[in-house]
Amino acid sequence: MGAKFRWGVLDAVVVVFALIPVLWIVSLSFKTTATLTDGNFIPREWTWENYRTIFQTDQFVRALVNSIGIALISTLIAVVLGTMAAYAISRLDFPGKKALVGVSLLIAMFPQVSLVSPLFDIERNTGLFDTWPGLILPYITFALPLAIYTLSAFFKQIPWDLEKAAKMDGATQGEAFRKVIAPLAAPGVFTTAILVFIFCWNDFLFAISLTSTERSRTVPVALSFFTGASQFEDPTGAISAAAVVITIPIILFVLFFQRRIVAGLTSGAVKG
Amino acid sequence: MSVQEKVRIPARRSPRTKAVLSEGKRQERRLGWLLCAPAAIVMVAVTAYPIIYSVWLSLQRYDLKFPDQKEFVGLANYATVLSNGYWWSAFGVTALITVISVTAELVLGMGLALIMHKTVVGRGLVRTSALIPYGIVTVVAAFSWRYAWTPGTGYLANLVTPDGAPLTERAGALAIIVLAEIWKTTPFMALLLMAGLALVPDDLLKAASMDGASWWQRFTKVMLPVMKPAVLVALLFRTLDAFRVFDNIYVLTAGANETSSVSMIAYNNLMKGLNLGIGSTMSVLIFLTVAIIAFIFVKLFGTAAPGSDDGTRR
Repeated sequence: MGAKFRWGVLDAVVVVFALIPVLWIVSLSFKTTATLTDGNFIPREWTWENYRTIFQTDQFVRALVNSIGIALISTLIAVVLGTMAAYAISRLDFPGKKALVGVSLLIAMFPQVSLVSPLFDIERNTGLFDTWPGLILPYITFALPLAIYTLSAFFKQIPWDLEKAAKMDGATQGEAFRKVIAPLAAPGVFTTAILVFIFCWNDFLFAISLTSTERSRTVPVALSFFTGASQFEDPTGAISAAAVVITIPIILFVLFFQRRIVAGLTSGAVKG
Repeated sequence: MSVQEKVRIPARRSPRTKAVLSEGKRQERRLGWLLCAPAAIVMVAVTAYPIIYSVWLSLQRYDLKFPDQKEFVGLANYATVLSNGYWWSAFGVTALITVISVTAELVLGMGLALIMHKTVVGRGLVRTSALIPYGIVTVVAAFSWRYAWTPGTGYLANLVTPDGAPLTERAGALAIIVLAEIWKTTPFMALLLMAGLALVPDDLLKAASMDGASWWQRFTKVMLPVMKPAVLVALLFRTLDAFRVFDNIYVLTAGANETSSVSMIAYNNLMKGLNLGIGSTMSVLIFLTVAIIAFIFVKLFGTAAPGSDDGTRR
């Protein structure tokens, strides 16, 4: 009884600590212009006005489309390339395997700002600056180590003998893969995709350095440009509403796939 | 494909078996390389080439406002940066933020890891809540903190500092940046530590408590030694990550009142100064610093690199 109560109190502290900043920005997004600066944690008057405003501006809608498109494409490519590499690392024996693992580790620790100046110049000269591919390329690069680690950890747990057993029972190579291995590997691939998506969705440094117009600006960058933009007299409400919109996918992932995300992060980073 | 190759082996004549086996081995190698090549090429092309290019740029005078004056100047840019007060101020700020936030995260993260690992009630709820700071976009969280500390608008500003504007003075702003960093990344630290906690055998803890070890003794003498590799990996990752701090500073202070980190001034130099020579010099210096930190970790603590096969764990 006492132990349960103590744990309950500790749990509550964690939950409150984790949620307050999120609830605060939600609260701001629902405040009316008049009550925006009253400093109350809970809005005195509720309104959808801020959301209506941002969805009527090109600036936000374009950025949202860019964010979704760039993150999805980067995730898809990173997961496909990562799956191929992780399969090779966990299943095949070939020279250079350690080097690849080493390179991924180096990139995971690489200071991204070191790439900003050279990439800015390279992309300007090659016409990649301020385009989707111009962001997708660095995203894939920095997502790959994450994808490779997480996936190799998952692949190492798959009982690959089942594949042989299926073939003994008369399945072809293709069938063995489709009916036995793919269903076992799918959860790991899916989890990795979530982690990679969160990474791409989160990026700010590359997005603000390698874009200059609405053509490829993502939401985190657009948010920072709301500040002082002329369309909004006081951008606080609009920024808050936009911030809440891009937090929704994260909340959904966390709510529905908490177990998978925890498993993916812990196995990928430590058990390798 | 390689598997079919292997399946065919028994059908062939025995004298050739050895040659065929090595053929299978060769196939395996080729498949391995083929599967890894795309990932390896992308990673190397997008990092190695630019970093070499930036070493080259750092030796030039290269200001985009005066592109005609581009010329080779040797180490002059390094002299400029290293004798500049703003660079060292930013370096100090970055080091300070890194040390304080990583230390706090280690302590809080350990606590959170223990809670997530051991709690008897609401484990799913705690883990779900803890993942929110990890997943949320850093810029979003930074705006939430900024408004919370804005006089008038914010609940924290009115509560904690009713007659000040903490974001407009150096110490207050740095404290808020550190707070935002800690809030955002403690869960990640905790998850890495939790993976280490899962490796501590329950029997060992029970045995220790039978022998009369206190909770603190069990923690320091049994759990910490087993968790050491996980702790070091978490520390290494978080230290290097904290050293890159950018998003929070950009949104919270934009580097005002000498709160710039090295990432922040490298970015400003590029975007506002349009000086690629100096910007690249900073890029190279930051890269070297990070390399030195990683080297010290590995040498000093023998951090087992994740993915290395020399099984320090399991």
